[in-house]
Amino acid sequence: MTETLTPLVAAARQGDRLAFEELVRVTTAETYTLAYRLVGNEDDARDVVQEAYLRAYRGIGRFRGDARFTTWMYRITANCAVTHLERRRRHRHEELADDAPLADGSVERDPQARADASALRDQVSLALQVLPPRLRAVVVLRDIYDLPHEAIAAELGITETAAKVRLHRARRQLRAQLFPMHGEEQAARAV
Amino acid sequence: MLAASIEGDEGDDWRVRHHVGTCLRCQAELARYRKLVRTLHGLRTEVFDPGPGLVAEVLASLEEAGERHLLRSLLSGHKVVYVGGLAVATAGAAGALVIASRSRGRRVPLAG
Repeated sequence: MTETLTPLVAAARQGDRLAFEELVRVTTAETYTLAYRLVGNEDDARDVVQEAYLRAYRGIGRFRGDARFTTWMYRITANCAVTHLERRRRHRHEELADDAPLADGSVERDPQARADASALRDQVSLALQVLPPRLRAVVVLRDIYDLPHEAIAAELGITETAAKVRLHRARRQLRAQLFPMHGEEQAARAV
Repeated sequence: MLAASIEGDEGDDWRVRHHVGTCLRCQAELARYRKLVRTLHGLRTEVFDPGPGLVAEVLASLEEAGERHLLRSLLSGHKVVYVGGLAVATAGAAGALVIASRSRGRRVPLAG
């Protein structure tokens, strides 16, 4: 993918509008996937994708090219998603606290199903969706998209230490829900 | 602490390593964390279908943004023309006034 994108990125940086449009076509699904994972629903994800490409279009001249275009897009998308979630939170006042109990109890805990890797991925995806957005953003960017702590902190507008703390909290909640230890099963079932 | 040690952040802390090395419960918990992180990494290859229309919507918004930008630059270009024209007109008017006052000044002694 990177090799295919390189000439397009170079042309887009020179102001070639058609090259940028082609970049949009090639990368939309990936950008949408990240946006969906961060905001948790289709409508918001579409809004985030639009905003992200607008920002990228305005900033492509400043893209230095020392990172991959997709990584650059991930950072912009993460930033847009956070702004979007903030706006939504201000409207709805519904954000859960970091340590609030998970609301969804529908994650399958049948040991047989857990053995199935595909089922496990579905469970993890589901569990991610019920994490508080601020924790979800960090674990998605770090553990799925492999962004460094520094970049995550910069895009989320938090310190690197805060990013690490959120990551550990997110992993702890996911681990307790998906792979409960002895004595945690009841608590996990209760949510 | 264990959630951090998967990352390697606490990997150099010999106390953590030593404890995990001797504690079966922590070993089991660490194994669960590793499984979780492996599964999360596996999600990277999944791509959701954005459904029809998203690319078109994005391209339309880019088009609109491009047109707005063009309009803005045109307007700011017009501004330069207006200001330039106004400056030329002002300079012309001032010059005409100076010439008129000079020629009036010259005529007075001739009349006398």
